[in-house]
Amino acid sequence: MPKVKMPKSAPSLDMTPMVDLGFLLVTFFILTAKFRPNEPLIVDTPKSHAEIQLPEKVMVITIDSAGRAYFDLSGKDIRTAMIKGMAERYPSLKLTDQVVQRFSVLGMFGMPVASLEQYVSGDEKTKAALDKQTLGIPMDSLNNEMADWIQEGYEAFMADAQAKGVSLEELRKNDKLRLSYAIKADGETDYEKIEKVVDIFRDKQIYQFNMVTSMETGDN
Amino acid sequence: MAEIIDGGGHEGKGGKKRPKKGHVHMDMTPMVDLAFLLLTFFILATSLNKPKALEIIYPKEVENPDETTKLKDDLATTILIGEEDEDVYYYFGKFKPDTTELIPTDFSKDGIRQVLLDRNKDIIERVDQLKEKLSTKEINDSIYKQQYAKLVNDSLAPFVIVKTIDKSPWRNVVNAIDELNITNVKKRAIIDMAESEAIAVRQTSAERKNNP
Repeated sequence: MPKVKMPKSAPSLDMTPMVDLGFLLVTFFILTAKFRPNEPLIVDTPKSHAEIQLPEKVMVITIDSAGRAYFDLSGKDIRTAMIKGMAERYPSLKLTDQVVQRFSVLGMFGMPVASLEQYVSGDEKTKAALDKQTLGIPMDSLNNEMADWIQEGYEAFMADAQAKGVSLEELRKNDKLRLSYAIKADGETDYEKIEKVVDIFRDKQIYQFNMVTSMETGDN
Repeated sequence: MAEIIDGGGHEGKGGKKRPKKGHVHMDMTPMVDLAFLLLTFFILATSLNKPKALEIIYPKEVENPDETTKLKDDLATTILIGEEDEDVYYYFGKFKPDTTELIPTDFSKDGIRQVLLDRNKDIIERVDQLKEKLSTKEINDSIYKQQYAKLVNDSLAPFVIVKTIDKSPWRNVVNAIDELNITNVKKRAIIDMAESEAIAVRQTSAERKNNP
């Protein structure tokens, strides 16, 4: 029986396919990743069996367990138009180009108009401090800033849609193009607070809401 | 190790062909390390589960609950959500102070869901039949939606009223709506509790605490 000869050099392994695959995956994840916006409000949403995904074009009111309400509507042009509209309603809100610019890329916010400018132009530390002491966007009947944000947000969205050439007809028919309204509240929040926000929407003839929930696991 | 195979590129005229001996080796390990490091980072940083949304449609104006219950008392189920997490009760028909007994329940598989499944048996059966028709392609999607809407909004379909107080935890309200969706109860309303009911809830809750 002939002796099996062992190769003298170190065994070499062709790694190219693995590297190819690795980079393919990296590319895929880089392209699909959407960075989580930093959320100033910690909200533990209740669980449900709902299977509807949150729409893309959505105005989100976030309410934490203490009942503080934050507002969010994404889109740079929409936000620019929105804050300009708010400045017209509240002459005390002084806008500079820089404030508008920074506001347009901000995430959710929960400041009364009076301290909005300070919040927007502040650094991370200032923002964190203001987030800690804010009571959210005022919603009482005497000073209902939330209603104004919703109104301005809606108008800015409609103006933006029209500027992009979407007709009213299409907006009415197509769910995906239309602005949806979502309420993202902590499970511990008193129902009263949610009702308050819902009532503001109902005043504006908006009756359909997406309640943000996390997915229920298990069979319960 | 990875290797690059050199195809022996010298093919000029007259030149002596000198095939390369062996291969050009390149150590690819650091690159691979980096690639997988990035891969790991992106996998972890990507939020995989998108939030789900529970759709709730509020009525234009709060219906007068007394009128609806007066008309079809026997079809009504009322879920009362109190202040504490475990304060969830239900009763059938019309509320009569002192005589109506609040039945404690919860949002587990065997809680309020069984009650509603039982109550809504006919409708669920017919919805299942409809779903089967859809799956065997006997009817198409739009007909299914139409018939489904007709079925669940039938005037004889049981309906559920979710009653809350100011301090009801949102989680329980969401759970209640979720159970209604699971059990195909589409005729529903979320309204504020009447004072008499709130008192009954407080009493039952106190009794339960005293004799566990």
